[in-house]
Amino acid sequence: MDPTKPILEVKDLTHVYSSGTPFEHVAVEHIDLSFYPGELVGVIGHTGSGKSTLIQHLNGLLKPSSGKVLFKGEDIWKDKKFTHFIRSKVGLVFQYPEYQLFEETCFKDIAFGPRNQGVSGDELEARVRRAAGFVGLKEEWLQKSPFDLSGGQKRRVAIAGVIAMEPDVLILDEPTAGLDAAGRESILENIKAYQQAQNAAVIMVSHSMEEVARLCSRLIVMNHGSVAMDGVPAEVFTHSVELTQMGLSVPQVTTVFRLLREKGLALPADVYTVGYAVDRLLERKEGRPC
Amino acid sequence: MLKDITLGQFFPGRTVVHRLDPRTKLLLLVVYIVALFLAKSFFSYGLVLIFLVGVTLLGRIPFKSMTKGLKPMLIFIIFTAVLNLFYTKGGKLLLDWWIFEIWSDGLETAFFMVLRIMMLVCGTFLLTYTTSPIALTDGLERLLSPLKKLRVPVHELAMMMSIALRFIPTLIEETDKIISAQKARGADFETGSLIRRAKALIPILVPLFVSAFRRADELATAMECRCYHGGEGRTRLKVLRFASIDLIAFFVGGVLLAGVIVLRHFGL
Ligand SMILES: Nc1ncnc2c1ncn2[C@@H]1O[C@H](COP(=O)(O)OP(=O)(O)O)[C@@H](O)[C@H]1O
Ligand SMILES: [Mg+2]
Repeated sequence: MDPTKPILEVKDLTHVYSSGTPFEHVAVEHIDLSFYPGELVGVIGHTGSGKSTLIQHLNGLLKPSSGKVLFKGEDIWKDKKFTHFIRSKVGLVFQYPEYQLFEETCFKDIAFGPRNQGVSGDELEARVRRAAGFVGLKEEWLQKSPFDLSGGQKRRVAIAGVIAMEPDVLILDEPTAGLDAAGRESILENIKAYQQAQNAAVIMVSHSMEEVARLCSRLIVMNHGSVAMDGVPAEVFTHSVELTQMGLSVPQVTTVFRLLREKGLALPADVYTVGYAVDRLLERKEGRPC
Repeated sequence: MLKDITLGQFFPGRTVVHRLDPRTKLLLLVVYIVALFLAKSFFSYGLVLIFLVGVTLLGRIPFKSMTKGLKPMLIFIIFTAVLNLFYTKGGKLLLDWWIFEIWSDGLETAFFMVLRIMMLVCGTFLLTYTTSPIALTDGLERLLSPLKKLRVPVHELAMMMSIALRFIPTLIEETDKIISAQKARGADFETGSLIRRAKALIPILVPLFVSAFRRADELATAMECRCYHGGEGRTRLKVLRFASIDLIAFFVGGVLLAGVIVLRHFGL
């Protein structure tokens, strides 16, 4: 795949829910975005900013009220078959995906997606095992009922169910919501590992800044249904005041550096990880001994 | 989307019809239905229709949502019309072709039956469009409370009804989400044979049932945590009180019923 050609493009997308009823609601408005192969993109925004609505357009689950979504340059709504085909090219893991499990065993549940794609036999077996490996599912869990697993394990099974379809673009809606710190950490690592191994484009929705700051190479900030910022984390975090006004928490170290700068210290504004912060501080110390 | 089904859905508003006491509206619906069943001629149907249209206008309910609500009933309505058209004999013979006979009485009965069903459905919608489910069950509980003396568990029934009504949108939303999620995994609900389509429902139904049971369990726990123990000695946040508009509404309802009865008396 050519990394300079966008794999997914969103053109002037607007979506109105319950159009024509008293409950009409504009969820996203005039969105223009491009996603490239091999990118790990974080989408952040307060609750109700339209993140979930946006990503459900990327694999044709929602039809734009106006605007277009292009996959490798082709309109995903050009015909019914193509829309169906897109769903296996753009994998979407919903928020709380553990509530969609239905099969008797985890193996069968993970196999549901690839089977719908027409994969069978050894290839199916191999795909399920590979997907289970990516999310750190133990071999013996595969034959268990998904309803006997803990919340975190169920979530892994559900994510594996989408990964097993081997999509070119993997989208995850708040994959760490409601998990404990250890569970969050390990799912994020799994996602990162998958992205690097497959060189897939991964889009991750989150409302935790620290999470996306650490993981993603690009951040998209949504605010009231539009894209407020789009850039590398260092650039986005220089706007820490605006981010806070949008109801988003910035990493603690960014806030510390902002406060220090306000006190008159000449420190950079693009700090968002502790490691980078320590380096900058040491640099300063060496340059001008106290 | 499933969610866009407006069947009987409450449209919030502040019109006179919205502000009426739910008990008044329930009783008026009964009066309306009785009037509808007593009606026999164009004149009496016309009177009831005027009432229906008048209340619809007062409640600012778009006529479009009324007709939309009738759509699911279409097959039933057509079936009734056809049945009445061919099986009622009397009056003049209008058409005689092969095994089909249409009589003028049949035409008349079919017409009035269809009109009656449509007006019945619209009248019921008028109630649910302008009354929140909570108010509705509250009103029903109060109206039926004399039955408590006969050991009918009125409060429990009303509570069950309001819980059911409360969870319909939640479950619809949930179903929508599950359908989307399975579609994202390539599930196909629209093509294939009947058996294949029925099988395709399993990935939706299993998670739906699991989550419904989970919700029921959580709700029961939450209610017990707040010391819910049935209707005994329970007071209300909103106490229903009749106001002057209710009196006017009863008067209008009375006029409607009297009108239909008088017309009927004169054989109209
Ligand atoms: N199915 C729906 N029907 C109507 N409104 C919806 C629906 N889904 C979301 N919304 C509304 O659209 C807005 C954006 O929602 P969503 O995309 O879920 O935001 P986020 O994922 O960022 O929290 C919210 O105001 C929400 O209430
Ligand atoms: Mg969301």
